[in-house]
Amino acid sequence: MFSYYFSLAVRSLKRNPVITALMVAAIALGIGATMTVFTVFHVMSGDPIPSKSSRLFVPQIDNWGPKSHRDGDNDPADQLTYTDATALMRAHQGVRQAAMYAAGFSLTPENKDIKPFFVEARATYGDFFPMFETPFLFGQGWSNTEDEAKAAVVVLSKKTNDKLFAGINSVGKSINLDGRDYRVIGVLDAWEPAPRFYDVTGKTFGDTEEVFIPFTHAIEQQIGSHGNNSCNDDPKAGWDNYLVSECVWIQFWIELPSAADATRYSAWLDNYAREQQRLGRFTWEPNNRVRDVQAWMVAEKVVPNDAKVSVLLAFSFLLVCLINTIGLMLAKFLGRSGEIGLRRALGANKAALFAQCIVESGVIGLAGGLIGVALTALGLVGIRGIFPEDVAHLAHLNVGLILLTVALAVVATVLAGLYPTFRAMQVQPAWQLKSN
Amino acid sequence: MEIGPIFSALRRNKVGALLIALQVALTLAIICNALFIINERLAFIARPTGIDEGNIFVIKNLWVGRGTDAQNTSLLQTDLQTLRDLPGVADVYSTNTVPLTNGGWSDGVNLTADQEHSTTQAANYFVDEHALNTMDIKLVAGRNFKPEEITDRAERDSGLPDSMIVTQEFAQKMFPTESALGKAVYMEGKKPTTIIGIIENLQVPWVGSWVKTWGYTAALIPQRMIRQNSAYVVRAKPGQLQTAMKAAETKLFSINPLRVISSVKPFSEIRAKAYRGDRAMAILLSIVCSALLIITALGIVGLASFWVTQRRKQIGTRRALGATRRNIVNYFQTENLLITLVGIVLGIVLAVGLNLWLVNNFELTRLTWWYLPMGAVMILLLGQAAVLPPARRAASVPPAVATRSA
Repeated sequence: MFSYYFSLAVRSLKRNPVITALMVAAIALGIGATMTVFTVFHVMSGDPIPSKSSRLFVPQIDNWGPKSHRDGDNDPADQLTYTDATALMRAHQGVRQAAMYAAGFSLTPENKDIKPFFVEARATYGDFFPMFETPFLFGQGWSNTEDEAKAAVVVLSKKTNDKLFAGINSVGKSINLDGRDYRVIGVLDAWEPAPRFYDVTGKTFGDTEEVFIPFTHAIEQQIGSHGNNSCNDDPKAGWDNYLVSECVWIQFWIELPSAADATRYSAWLDNYAREQQRLGRFTWEPNNRVRDVQAWMVAEKVVPNDAKVSVLLAFSFLLVCLINTIGLMLAKFLGRSGEIGLRRALGANKAALFAQCIVESGVIGLAGGLIGVALTALGLVGIRGIFPEDVAHLAHLNVGLILLTVALAVVATVLAGLYPTFRAMQVQPAWQLKSN
Repeated sequence: MEIGPIFSALRRNKVGALLIALQVALTLAIICNALFIINERLAFIARPTGIDEGNIFVIKNLWVGRGTDAQNTSLLQTDLQTLRDLPGVADVYSTNTVPLTNGGWSDGVNLTADQEHSTTQAANYFVDEHALNTMDIKLVAGRNFKPEEITDRAERDSGLPDSMIVTQEFAQKMFPTESALGKAVYMEGKKPTTIIGIIENLQVPWVGSWVKTWGYTAALIPQRMIRQNSAYVVRAKPGQLQTAMKAAETKLFSINPLRVISSVKPFSEIRAKAYRGDRAMAILLSIVCSALLIITALGIVGLASFWVTQRRKQIGTRRALGATRRNIVNYFQTENLLITLVGIVLGIVLAVGLNLWLVNNFELTRLTWWYLPMGAVMILLLGQAAVLPPARRAASVPPAVATRSA
């Protein structure tokens, strides 16, 4: 029966090529625009570490107090001071934890044919690697021993290893950063969490760092932050004054055994703040936050408003396209009243006619969807041309997306076809036959 | 023109007419808001930085190895003198940051040493006496720094020097009723800094919404940053930007190869990068608007064509009874006008509603009122243009059709 309806649908669509083309074009354009914008949005709002995003938390401590809050927003700073970050590291309340900050170096290769170049670096603790499940190509991350020893070891990104050592296992070799030698302890495989969730104060999307070194070593070497640094007061001259200042510049992540442990950790953090209160450092009640990955992405506004507005407008556009299609389908189905009347008179029941009309709208949706996939692919190429590289290069057409596009087109068109179908079923066979 | 018959005809095609009206309404709501956002973005992107953008390029330099402050100071001096001696170069200074790079240093500005909440936030540009000439910024009051006023600032130094130059916006915010020249403000710490000069206009390094209220509140601090890395801002002589850029990089490497020059960028590139997201949004919205107008127009063409086919006999009858071609065209145009007007009324309500919702949820601004009539006229003209081809076809239906049986 389906194949009969299908051939009927194709024949009927061929009879009014202009109206058919208009309907298919409307669906294709609507779907193409919507799916293009949605793909970008989807990439931006994705879960960067789905296996454990509900167990990874960012603690926030209000170290500036109510004086720093404006316009009713009493959220604490989004980074920690050195004092708090190291206190939280020592407290060891989670399964794993890591304080970290962005740094930058000039890297001088041993191979004199390669000119010195600039590398982005991350100073962090050994737990960083297992906590964020970074894939390793060679070797591994460092352990607590290196953290405590403030060892000059380094983990390279795949890109850096390819550039310096032509991709071979470089564990045990050494590289020079700003004049100091570091022993390679591990090489990461390609690692591109999107968003780059572990530090969204700088770039929220894009490459991860080229080298990773122990936090303790970086502090000892007085290596300053290349990332965001905020002070509420003059930190006074010198490195030691900077470390005890209330300037916030360190990101901190903690892995708890389960999502439920956040409450316990929150309570612990409040106790810590109360202790600081007793010591006279804070003169206000504890005002802390503990957020998991997804809540953190929301709090830090990782998905820009522009992306949300675009998705909204794209879906409104699809709605207009569907209304357009309803109108045209209505015209088309009612224009065939004679034929429908004839079929009814010859014994086709309402269910059969319903099926026929639904198949016809499905065929329009399928055609629109297939062209829509092509338009989405085209749209994504266009997006890569106009959008900042870091976001745009993430947006690709994949099998799941193609299926979603076609499914959305068919479902939307069939839904749009319901009213015209309902109207077609109301055709009175006798009246149609008589009047013609 | 009798609109009675049009109403009775529409009553027989209620749903079709309603669908067109709905489509017109949604299109109007989206177009008004989208055009408004596009125009806002274009104005945002077009804001001047205040510097001679056409002739300026920026070199980012990083020393290899870790020199002492004294070593880095002398390396920096040599670099600046070398660049200044190049034939295509007008002037040079070194700094921590430049406008539109989205990275830098800001401070709260106070009128007294123990003020609770800062009067405003301001960007700090660390510069020397060559900065004004390099950026080609006009001094509107006071004077430029003297060479002996420029001090060195090492990585962890703190506190500001005694004098600085500020922008007009800075001056007006701190001293709205009097001249800021010679007045003191407190920025970093408890020590006052005197304003010795006021410049016309200079944008802060950031373009995000958080600097909305202080986008041009900047201070020039007479200190040379002594660091591993610095930015050299170079103004090329007119028409020599490209040659000066190449010559600068080659020359710097030839006097000292122990460095990384991570970028040499004309300012136009810095500007393009800073506003790429906003430009993308404007382009994306323009595409959606165009597609929307096309779809709506095609929808009107499609449905009107169908109605013409459906009413061939009636049209023929009217023609046989003496209606002119003009009458028939008018009929369809009036019909479209009525439907579109209903859509426009509904669309204006939707446009305002959509805008309010966007304002509340996405930090957008309130729609300027004249976008509504402008959008309405646009849609009205679009509808009339779209209905014209089917109306013309209707007018060509011969009166003889009336006499034929269907």
